[in-house]
Amino acid sequence: MSAVRSVLAPLRRSALAGRRTFTSSSSRRSESLFVHRDTDYNNPSERDCREPTDPVQIPFEFDAENLKRANEIISRYPPQYKKAAVMPVLDLGQRQNKGWTSISVMNAVAKLLEMPPMRVYEVASFYTMYNREPVAPNFLQLCTTSPCQLGGCGSTKILETIENHLGIHAGQSTKDGKFTLIEVECLGACSNAPMMQVGDEYYEDLTPETTIKILNALAKGEKPQPGPQSGRKTSENSAGLTTLTSKPYGPGEFCLPEFQ
Amino acid sequence: MLRQLAARSLARRSGAAPSGSRLLHSTRPVMADVTLTVDGKEVTVPQGTALIQACEAAGATVPRFCYHDRLAIAGNCRMCLVEVERSPKPVASCAMPAMPGSKVFTNTPLVHKAREGVMEFLLANHPLDCPICDQGGECDLQDQSMRYGSDRTRFHEITGKRAVENKDLGPIVKTSMNRCIQCTRCVRFANDVAGVEDLGTSGRGNDLQIGMYIEKTMDSEMSGNIIDLCPVGALTSKPYAFQARPWELKKTESVDVLDAVGSNIRIDSRGVQVMRIQPKINDEINEEWINDKTRYAYDGLRYQRLTTPLVREGDKFVPATWEHALETIRIGYQNSGAQGDEVKAVAGHLADTESLIALKDLVNRLGSENLTLDQPSGDAPPVTGVDVRSNYLFNTGIENIEDADAVLLIGTNPRHEAAIINARFRKSFLQRGAEFALIGEKFDSIFAYDHLGTSAKDVADFLGGKGKGSGKGEFAKVWKEAKKPMIIVGSAVTEGKDGAAVLKAVSQHVLKNEGKFLTSEWNGFSILQRAASRAAAYDIGFTPSPSSASVKPKFVYLLNADEIEPSSIPEDAFVVYQGHHGDLGAQFADVCLPGAAYTEKASTWVNTEGRAQDGRVAVPPPGVSRDDWKIVRALSEVIGNPLPYDNVHQLRDRMWDVSPTLVRYDNLEVPSFEIQKVGLNLLSSLSASTPSSTAFKKPIEDFYRTDPISRASVTMAACSKAFTKKEYTFSDEESGDKQASFA
Repeated sequence: MSAVRSVLAPLRRSALAGRRTFTSSSSRRSESLFVHRDTDYNNPSERDCREPTDPVQIPFEFDAENLKRANEIISRYPPQYKKAAVMPVLDLGQRQNKGWTSISVMNAVAKLLEMPPMRVYEVASFYTMYNREPVAPNFLQLCTTSPCQLGGCGSTKILETIENHLGIHAGQSTKDGKFTLIEVECLGACSNAPMMQVGDEYYEDLTPETTIKILNALAKGEKPQPGPQSGRKTSENSAGLTTLTSKPYGPGEFCLPEFQ
Repeated sequence: MLRQLAARSLARRSGAAPSGSRLLHSTRPVMADVTLTVDGKEVTVPQGTALIQACEAAGATVPRFCYHDRLAIAGNCRMCLVEVERSPKPVASCAMPAMPGSKVFTNTPLVHKAREGVMEFLLANHPLDCPICDQGGECDLQDQSMRYGSDRTRFHEITGKRAVENKDLGPIVKTSMNRCIQCTRCVRFANDVAGVEDLGTSGRGNDLQIGMYIEKTMDSEMSGNIIDLCPVGALTSKPYAFQARPWELKKTESVDVLDAVGSNIRIDSRGVQVMRIQPKINDEINEEWINDKTRYAYDGLRYQRLTTPLVREGDKFVPATWEHALETIRIGYQNSGAQGDEVKAVAGHLADTESLIALKDLVNRLGSENLTLDQPSGDAPPVTGVDVRSNYLFNTGIENIEDADAVLLIGTNPRHEAAIINARFRKSFLQRGAEFALIGEKFDSIFAYDHLGTSAKDVADFLGGKGKGSGKGEFAKVWKEAKKPMIIVGSAVTEGKDGAAVLKAVSQHVLKNEGKFLTSEWNGFSILQRAASRAAAYDIGFTPSPSSASVKPKFVYLLNADEIEPSSIPEDAFVVYQGHHGDLGAQFADVCLPGAAYTEKASTWVNTEGRAQDGRVAVPPPGVSRDDWKIVRALSEVIGNPLPYDNVHQLRDRMWDVSPTLVRYDNLEVPSFEIQKVGLNLLSSLSASTPSSTAFKKPIEDFYRTDPISRASVTMAACSKAFTKKEYTFSDEESGDKQASFA
């Protein structure tokens, strides 16, 4: 044994030559970027020093209707706590800005609420529902939390279906710019698992077939009927009702005659 | 509990409606005392005190990272966990108020285990790069993991340690964000003290990171303090990067002279070089902060120095011996034929009190009263006069400005003239809801102010109760109702041509409202000096007599005078320059005498409040340069009129004779209420022209280049480029070494 080792030793040494590294642990990078980088689709409209090579400015301003709505939201809070309105106003900005919160949206909110821009950036980067990258008009948020993973056919299957059908992975957008797919955590519709949210609508009780039907309809620009796709009503028992099956009695029924 | 207290303090302040929105965090009002037991020892603290402070008061050390007694409480590091009787879990002592009768334990198995666990979590994502980290040796994390941590870890994350990209905050702060433990001290400092509201935390959970979100420099003159605050090596000093280890440095406590605040500093030196400058805690002056010029101008002490006497021969300077140089001066003085006031001395910003006294004595002995200062109209007697100290000092006191409820700034930009005082203004703006107004050139402020005008006329109009300031203004109302109003007149105003008019208007207003401005515990009339030597120069009467102003000098002695007007030096005069840098003044000299910089001499400095402080020797002066007063003393001997002191003790005895306040170190001697009134009466009877409508100008255009030391500093040049000119080039993310390339 020791003979073998002595034969191998020079070999090992030569293999390691020039590789005198010390062990370091691998680095775990964050899933999304928590700093802003100027790009040609996302850069602030105002900056102190702008170089000619910088990408074009993309400004954002609230339109008249949203401004009115924003002021209504602000008026719900005491005047010295204007900044309390930051979350609803950011959402308003996101809606006006095609579903995503650009740096200019955040700056506009900061200006409107008279707060330092960084306070808005903090909020927008903390909450995952402020999309800091552009999203397609059909923004698919598929729930992959345990109940959805277990319920029905399971969200894993739905994820595969969508990925195969659209040819994208979670976190990506289709080339035609119609769909963006992301995985999200629980959206609170566990009894109708698996489910996904498209824009503001919930599509529940998904199967691979109904999912493809929804995707096709969305691709055509139609809006499929939201809610459970299995045909049941909201979250009623899918095997049929077991209680409250008879007709509910009307007012006054079974009461003494004088009250009928 | 805390929230209740906060709500109460909010309610208390709700009288002034807009002030409620300023505070990110509110302070707790001081209330009755509570008594509790810490480790079996009874201790009494004011109600509302954090438990951690109560523990400190009882002599128990509690480890901490996020808690800092001058910052708001965050409670996010969890290192300060202690055991409280009848509490089911260990509690974070920084975020828990001390409760009466509670029994606290800081040294039990539960506490040990809790600290060990917290430390393990903190180290889970902390890189093991201590050998190449500049914080090594003064790192809280290092020290506390040795003291409280476990000797092994249970974390073996396959996904690796959290990796965060470095931020480029400018030429001062170097970042290494992998090391960050997210204590948010820097964020709280930047927001609450420095007024940089751009620093914050982005992201969430494990991915939370400190930064500005967008690429930006930390544009503040107080930014260097976040390096001290950082308990780990995430924020370190760029100019000091990889220069020295803390245990190699000799530490000398001294006083800063780059502005008139007199911040207390600790000079860290190695051999003959000043390696860095750190703040020294002094609650009456700079608390725990110093500005970036104080901290980083030290590299200017290495460049452009005069290390040997120089004698002009033709159009160049030739190195000479002391003997030769002093002899040349004697011959030059005799040949110039200067008589009486034709001998002129000019003292600059960085002249220490000892050399001022010596030079004044020498010049007086030569029969001259022509003692001038290198400021606009420094050739004439100052309008404030020098007979009453309270006429040229910051009478309110740096500590007391936090009590002011309405502040009127006249022709001054405290942010650049006294950054430490400015930080106090922000404090009172946030915590007390003080109102501010400015008459003068606008500046980028860290507190909100009403701009009431720009000229002496506007001052007279506002104080006289007419003009636009009084009519339209919210501030006029505040001013009238203020209980502790304060007027700060900038030193540039008193030096300007409207100085007398402004002082007259102000003093008349103060006398008229004597009950508010001038009581036994409050003086609301202050002059803000901007040069370290100015208050001392006035104290010893380093000012010309009225008649000497018109005399054309034949012999000029420049003592650290680098802000002089070149035209004020006649072509044919014999000029001696004494100083430590080859700056402006040296260019006119026939003989240059190398003096010592403030880190190299034991000298007295009087700050803008009139507080004498002791500057100590950290390193020897370079080459053959000498203590400044000794040079003057030697020259007096050569000229044949020797001064009567041979050592510093005799000289300080002489200073005592001139004014005892000069040698009562660290003591603030406030003139009595009656004397202050006499002074104000003098000012109010000044013969002044009608106030003109010429706008006041800021005396400091570039905060980072105000004196010979900072002008010679490479770091200050980089700061000036980045912050004054806004021309900072952000480094590439990957080339970490590029960050420190200029240092």
